Order: sequence, then structure tokens, then C-alpha cells
Amino acid sequence: MFRTQYDSDVTTFSPQGRLHQIEYAMEAVKQGSTAIGLKSETHAIVVTLLRSSSDLSSYQQKIFKVDENIGIAIAGLTADARVLLKYMQNETLNHKYVFESPMSVEKLVSQIADKSQIHTQRYGKRPYGVGLLVIGHDKSGVHLFETSPSGNYFNYYAQAIGSRAQSAKTYLEKNFENFKKLSLDDLIFHGLTAIKESSSKEVLTKDNCSVGIVGVDTPFKFLEKDKLEKFLERVQPQDDLDDMDLNNDNQMNID
Amino acid sequence: MDPTKKTLQPYVTGSSVLAIKYNEGIIVAADTLGSYGSLARFTDLQRMSKVTNHTLIGGSGDISDLQQIQKTVESLILENTGFKKDEEPLTPKEIQQYISRVMYNRRSRFDPLWNHIIVAGYQNNESFLGAVDIFGTFYEDNTIASGFGAYFAQPLLRKGYKEDLTKDEAIDLIKTCLKVLFYRDARTINKFQIAEVSEGGITISDPFELETHWEIADWQEGHL
Amino acid sequence: MQLIQQSKQESLPKSKEINQPQFFPYTNNQGSCLGICGEKFAVLATDTRMSMGYSIVTRNATKYLKLTDKCVLVSSGMQADIETLHKILKARLTIYQNQHQKPMSTPAISHLLSRTLYYRRFFPLYTFNVLGGIDEDGKGCVFSYDAIGTLERVRYSASGSGSALIEPILDNQVGFKNRGDITDKTGFLEEDEVVELAKDTLTSTCERDIFTGDFVHIFVVNENGVREEKFELRFD
Repeated sequence: MFRTQYDSDVTTFSPQGRLHQIEYAMEAVKQGSTAIGLKSETHAIVVTLLRSSSDLSSYQQKIFKVDENIGIAIAGLTADARVLLKYMQNETLNHKYVFESPMSVEKLVSQIADKSQIHTQRYGKRPYGVGLLVIGHDKSGVHLFETSPSGNYFNYYAQAIGSRAQSAKTYLEKNFENFKKLSLDDLIFHGLTAIKESSSKEVLTKDNCSVGIVGVDTPFKFLEKDKLEKFLERVQPQDDLDDMDLNNDNQMNID
Repeated sequence: MDPTKKTLQPYVTGSSVLAIKYNEGIIVAADTLGSYGSLARFTDLQRMSKVTNHTLIGGSGDISDLQQIQKTVESLILENTGFKKDEEPLTPKEIQQYISRVMYNRRSRFDPLWNHIIVAGYQNNESFLGAVDIFGTFYEDNTIASGFGAYFAQPLLRKGYKEDLTKDEAIDLIKTCLKVLFYRDARTINKFQIAEVSEGGITISDPFELETHWEIADWQEGHL
Repeated sequence: MQLIQQSKQESLPKSKEINQPQFFPYTNNQGSCLGICGEKFAVLATDTRMSMGYSIVTRNATKYLKLTDKCVLVSSGMQADIETLHKILKARLTIYQNQHQKPMSTPAISHLLSRTLYYRRFFPLYTFNVLGGIDEDGKGCVFSYDAIGTLERVRYSASGSGSALIEPILDNQVGFKNRGDITDKTGFLEEDEVVELAKDTLTSTCERDIFTGDFVHIFVVNENGVREEKFELRFD
């Protein structure tokens, strides 16, 4: 296969003005399982589809708490994400130590972006192979941000990252205008529906799904398993499930 | 650090700063004197300054340290605004906490900033009145007085304070206190500024004089 | 030989500098704290007066820190050091929570506090702490400290400006010292008895200690979490 000679180090531009290493890092994000985020005026949530490395292993956690007012969902290299998570936890802690108040979400996100940028310009550095959806609540309201290995960050009403994010995005694009006034329950419902769009073959269960919530008067928390199960019953009616279960059984038989 | 570079005693000093909450904000007042020991060295200094649209800081003690703190806080605000225009500015409480950390760090290095700082702010329909001292000690109260004001003015302020104090009452009370300070504190001159911190923002008045009476001193035994 | 001379010459100007008056970095903002443990609970209390010299700077200072649902710290001494200590502990507990996904146990916190104080052995945090709560077995516990981290698990303790007035009362009422009427000296008081005792003790203390007064924050730590009460003291 043809390989361009401009992709072996992060600091060299290709003649087309591209930095291939960074684009590869962004590919790593696309390889990760889907993570979506959406927000109303009062809450922001992240929903993720979890993968396990084998049938014998547990599911990989994809949502993490940063502070009382901030949480993240990740897509890409989990190991890289843990480095960023620790950095974020540390920064929010420092902010609290100095100002005795929770850190502004955008300030934290822009610091992550600055940190990522360094890895796009320094010889011998490797960009982070992970994208984050950052949800949070601060004195300027409820926020949802996406960060990427390139050092860019964006503010969103709703966004999906990771593999097959496009189908979730399509759903979100169709519906995001209604999200503003939604209750938390409806927001979760839309979140799970969107993730279902991007997981056409897989059945969502309380184990392979995870929801993180933050908002006004709502410190960051995970949606409890029993509540998640109830939501999933609404998102995937039993009839549909029966069909899909059959499919799954078939697949397993084939294996 | 080289011991000769530390503030071991304050040089040019400002005297009291007074502050009281009223029903719609806070009144802060100070004179404009910077004393060099007992010499009235600088007579037109402003010891209160606006650091955000919502927050004012005033201070007594070493004037150069005070101006340094004002600059530090101003650059902190600038850092936190930057290109993110939507970003809410730091709250008065956050500014007080930040100053307290700076003061505490300096005292821990045996190189203190020789001041008693008063932070007054009004944000989101809430007034904030707090102070930080040379050690980094911080507190909030409805009335605060630094310097000699802690002894002369604070009792009067506490006595006059009530929850529904109007602005005019607050200003009258503060003026009485300033007058008492001018009569009794030899490091105060009759040239004051009053700042108002409220919903409408922060206004610092031009320097003014208060009417005083000294003729009564003729009755005093031993007075020439 | 030459070396010695050189070092002597170097040390001369230094000793001159050291003779300059030095800034004294401590102040005492006074106040009293107490902690009493029951069988399955602990009660901690602290007043809210903050003094500088003989002036009261505020009547509404907070000298306590709710560390977990099972642990409360009350401190007196220098306010700036207290706040710094509290900030450090808060940060350390958050880090622990992030790493272990569970809150730290009260006995573990008692050691963390001791180490944090001893870390500053040669530039101490001027704080006098009483830590209390319930341990992993649900038993009430109180820990007593000095400013440099000496740690002792006790049944009751007092610190701060009024401690000399509080301690003997607790000796008698909680420790059952010199009480001919009580044979079982290992018994515990009930929760409401302890709360009333804490109130009475601090009310008495501020009759004689000018640095204690205004309000008391009382914390009752039991299996249901931390309950907070505010109680009025003398204002003068």
C-alpha cells in the first residue's frame, strides 16, 4: 500500500497542508465505541455504548466523573483518556483550592485543548488518541463540549463521537431543537434512542449502556441500573427486542 | 530570599477603610492620605479601586503593596476574561478567596503584603462584604472596618447597622464615622472618598471634605 | 585552614541580617472546640466568634469542616492556617475518593490529619483540632491533636481558648471522674444528653472566656449522617 512520507512525525506538514499524525489520532477516536452528549436548559447528559474486550471480560467504563459539576464521556484510547481525566480532576481541585468555587467548564475544556495542542507541535510527542464529550454546569449555565486530539474544542447542543456516530448524529440533528425545554427524563430517553440508532444490531442492556447526568442542582451522577432498565424498556419495546434477540441467537449459533 | 528585599515594616501607609451593607448594596469609604511615618506624604491617593463591574477592593496598610495587589487582581481578571466573552467574571467571593491565598502564601514566605484588604461586591442581587488581612485571614460581615477604624468606627457601624438600612442612612453613618476618625486618628486627613457598590455597578466619588468643629477645643483644660 | 576562614567571613554578614526584626507570621483568632463520643455517635461543637487581639472581627466565622457523612472536624487557633488545613484535607479526600471510589474512613482521616500537621513540623499550622465521627464498625470516635500532629483517640476532648474551662466539665460529666454515684465508668451518654451537655458547657465557657461566644455550631454524627444545629451564646 502506498504510504506518504509525511506521516511519520507530528511536526511535518504534508504538501497539501495536512498533519497526518493528527488525522490518524482523530481516526482512533472514530474507532472507539459511540458516546453521545446532549443538553437541555437545566441538564446535560452523556450516553455511551460499552464494549468488552471479550465475552469473559467486563465492559470498559466510558463515563467518568471529574468533579461535582463536570463529567466526561470518552471515545478512543481509554488509557489516554485516563491521563486527561486525572489532569482534569487535578485542575478542578486546584481551582477549588484557590477560588473555593467550582471550575468553569469552558475554562477546563480550553485547558485540555491547550494541552492537546502541545502534542501537535512538538517533535517526539504523540497526540492523544481520544476525544472527549465534556458535560458540566457552572455559573454561566449548562454546557456540552467536544474536545479532539487536534486541540480543537467545540460547544454543542448535542453531539455524538466514536464509531457509527453518524447515525446518532442524524437523529440528534433531527431533534435537537426540542431539547432545550425537555425534562431530564425526556432528555435521557432521547439520548438512549440516539445511541440505539447507532447500534442497530446490538441490544441495549443495563450493562452495555451507561448514562452520566449533571445539571442545575444536580451534581454529576450515573443513572442507576434499575432506572436505566426502565428507560431501555421504553426505548426498545419488547416486540422489537424479540426479533433482535432471535437475530443475536442466530449469530451466536453461527459462531 | 534576600532578607533586604522583604517588607519588614510598612513605609507609606493608608489608614482606615470603612464599609457597611445597606438594603441595596454596600457603601465603602476611605480617606486619600498616604502617610510616611507621621508625615502626610501623599494627600491625593485613591485607596479604593474597581476590579470588575461588580467588585471593588479597598485597603489600608502599605500603599505600594496595595497597588501591587490591585494590579495582580486586575491581571487575574484579564486572564479569566480573554477571548471567551460569554464567560462570567469572577465573583466577589472568588476574588476575596484569591487574595486570601496570595496573602497567606506571602506570609508563609515571611514576606507579607502589609495590608488589610476589603472586598465589596454586588452580583446576582446579592451583596458581598469581606476582608483579608496580612496573614491571609478572611471573613465576611455586614460591617467591616480596618486600621484604627476597627476600634473607632466598627462599634458605631455595628450599632447603626440594621437589615433595611437605606443608602442615605448608610452614607450618613459612614460620614459620622469618618469624622470621628478624622478627629481622633492622626493619620487621617479631611479628604475622603465614598464608593457605592450596587446593582447599577460601582461608583467612586470625587474627594470631598466634611464639616468639622475644632473651636470647642478652646474649652479644654491645657489647650492653648 | 583557609576554608575555615572563608566560611567565617561568609557567615559574618549573614548573622547581621538575621538580627533584623523579623515578621512574626502567627496570630491567634481564638475560639473553642469540643468533641464527645457516644456509643454509636459523636457530637462536635465549635463557637463562631473570631477575634483579633481584643476586637471581635466577626460573629459568624465557620471553624468546622464536614469531611464525609461520617466525619466532622472542628478547629480553633489561627483562622488562616485553619482554612489552609481544611482546604488541604478537602483536596486530599477528593483525590482519595477519585482513586478508590469510596469515602475515607474516619480513623484513616484521623491519621491523614496527623500526617498533614506533622508535615509542617518546623513551621507548624497553628491549629488545635478535634476530629470526630463514627468508625467502620459504627462506633463513635473522637480524636484529639496538638498543633504538630500528636494524635490520640479519646472519648472526649476540647481545644482552643476555652479548653481549660471545658475539659474539667467533660472529665466529670463524660469521663465520670470523681463521681461516687457512678460505678460503671465506661458507660456512654445518650445522644440528646450529649447535645445538651455540649450546649451547657459552651454556654458556661463563654461566661468566663471573652474569646468564646456569639453562636455554636453543633454537629451530631451518627449512622444517619451528619445533623447540624446552631445555638446562641452571649453576644458581649
